[in-house]
Amino acid sequence: MVGYIAQQLVNGLILGSMYALVAIGFTMIYGIIRLINFAHGDIVMIGAFVTLGLVISGQIPFPVIIILVILAGALMGIIIERAAFRPMRGAPQVTGFITSLAVSILLQNLGILLLTAQPRNFFCPDYLQTIFNLGSVSLRTIDLAIVVIAVVLMVFLVLLVRFTRLGMAMRATAENLKVALLMGININRIIMLAFAIGSGLAGVAGMMWGARYGQIDPLLGFVPGLKAFVAAVIGGVGSIPGAMLGGYLLGFAEVLFVGLLPPIYSSYRDAFVFIILILILLVLPTGLLGRKMEEGV
Amino acid sequence: MGWNRLKWFFPMLILAGAILVFILRSSVNDYILSIICFAGINIILAVSLNLTNGFTGLFSLGHPAFMAVGGYVAAILTFPVTRKAMLLPALPSWLAAQQWSLLPALILGGLCATLAAFLIGFPVLRLKGHYLAVATLGFLIILQVLITNLESFTRGPLGLNGLPLLTNLWWVYLWVVITIYVCWKVKHSSLGRSMLAIRENEMAAECLGIPLSRTRIMAFALGAFFAGVAGCLWAHLVTAITPTSFSVIMAFHLVAMVVVGGSGSITGATIAALMLTSVVEILSPLEENLGAYGISEIIISIGLLLILIYRPRGLFGTQEPAFLVKQRQRVSGEVGRSLSYQNGKGGTS
Repeated sequence: MVGYIAQQLVNGLILGSMYALVAIGFTMIYGIIRLINFAHGDIVMIGAFVTLGLVISGQIPFPVIIILVILAGALMGIIIERAAFRPMRGAPQVTGFITSLAVSILLQNLGILLLTAQPRNFFCPDYLQTIFNLGSVSLRTIDLAIVVIAVVLMVFLVLLVRFTRLGMAMRATAENLKVALLMGININRIIMLAFAIGSGLAGVAGMMWGARYGQIDPLLGFVPGLKAFVAAVIGGVGSIPGAMLGGYLLGFAEVLFVGLLPPIYSSYRDAFVFIILILILLVLPTGLLGRKMEEGV
Repeated sequence: MGWNRLKWFFPMLILAGAILVFILRSSVNDYILSIICFAGINIILAVSLNLTNGFTGLFSLGHPAFMAVGGYVAAILTFPVTRKAMLLPALPSWLAAQQWSLLPALILGGLCATLAAFLIGFPVLRLKGHYLAVATLGFLIILQVLITNLESFTRGPLGLNGLPLLTNLWWVYLWVVITIYVCWKVKHSSLGRSMLAIRENEMAAECLGIPLSRTRIMAFALGAFFAGVAGCLWAHLVTAITPTSFSVIMAFHLVAMVVVGGSGSITGATIAALMLTSVVEILSPLEENLGAYGISEIIISIGLLLILIYRPRGLFGTQEPAFLVKQRQRVSGEVGRSLSYQNGKGGTS
């Protein structure tokens, strides 16, 4: 039993790492331009397909693939920001929301058009598939890699935001867009950067998703994207540490919900996540680490 | 001006519509007739969603959920007793013995959707803007999971098929007229003005003594009723209903109709529903013949993005065409002109 719970906790850690990476993007974009970017989940899908393409295309070493996937995600984020969200700047919140929904549907269906809706098998190099045991917990190398990569990227992000001039500019912009503009911060660049970083992380999450579950299709990003948003809400939308915390909490909660309750309830897992969302929004609208927002909820 | 003209205009319009329905039913083949029925159902959905999203500014993505409630309730009620015994053996016996005709099933379906709206509305309507949107989307997903899992009532992911084909153009037309009539009356009543006021500026509306939560829940529940009815009509037109029938894509289409038509404009929603249905119906054979699946959603989403960028208030804004509105009623359009641009402060926190 202890072994079983330990295995579940490790699964939660892996799932939580992916949620956390995606949730960071939500929270960064929301923190700066008050936009819930629905299309964020579809960057996960794009990341998964880019990885698959790179893996198939030849003997590219794994670390290079990771960097290329981050760049691909970031590029996608920048394109989306330029094409869809920048023209919308200053419009009512809900307009931005509808825009992101439209972009999401657009990306999903572009995926269906170009790649067909058939799920594809995701290839992982053999050395990532090696199974090893830690006590009673069995892991693949890729599982370990997921957690390590996620933690490394998050540490990098925190250092970037805390200790660099760019990070300071980002924090200032999130604090108050107009004043930041008056202080001579190039807001367009900061917003673009937020999209690029967030989307890059989502792209890596896509790679992880594919490697973990073995199958990918053009619609795979939507539900994980929504769940990552739930994670961001749990941690407090707008707070980067909150998004990480929320991601891990949600990962654990979901895995334990499925793992500890009788199997008939496991098909309710999506409902469970959204019930958490509604409860959090009602009881603790600022999340665990978020600050009070006058206009948010 | 125009009092007499207006007094006669609407009855004449309804009559003309009825004549058109009569002619269509005797001249056009079943396939085209069913497309026209879909267009009508979309009009009901778009106009009723406009009541919630457009008038009151409650950005809800939960409309398909209410359709699902209405659709499933009605489907279980109208399902022939013999088929019920075969497909749903676990149904409670009092329910298994029912076999209703369309109208009572429609009304009960609508009422159940309204009840669901009350249940979900009381907690969720405290949220604003895109938080409300996400919460209603969450409700849609929760409901899909419930329907998939309550197998003794819904047959789970398989859904109910072989429903009696009860929906015809007359029924659809009747409900289109009722929906537009009710929404029109609401828009030009004090309730409608309250809704518009809440959309424009909540605090100001509250200061003027408008009961916020009551008005909000009215808008939500009324919209849900028509969504439930539309769900029933839809189920008995397609003659099948599954948990995935009422999806996020459908929510997206409905929102697109409201935005394209102009949030708050009944005429706009009607025209946008007709447009979107035509686009989907014209493109779907293309998708099948060329194998280019997804192309219609791509065109719809790009079209929506272009409208949002170049004509963010939609085709009609909040207004109705001038010749349809009595002069003294036209004020609501003027209010709508300042449509919540004040809220768009972007990043100021």
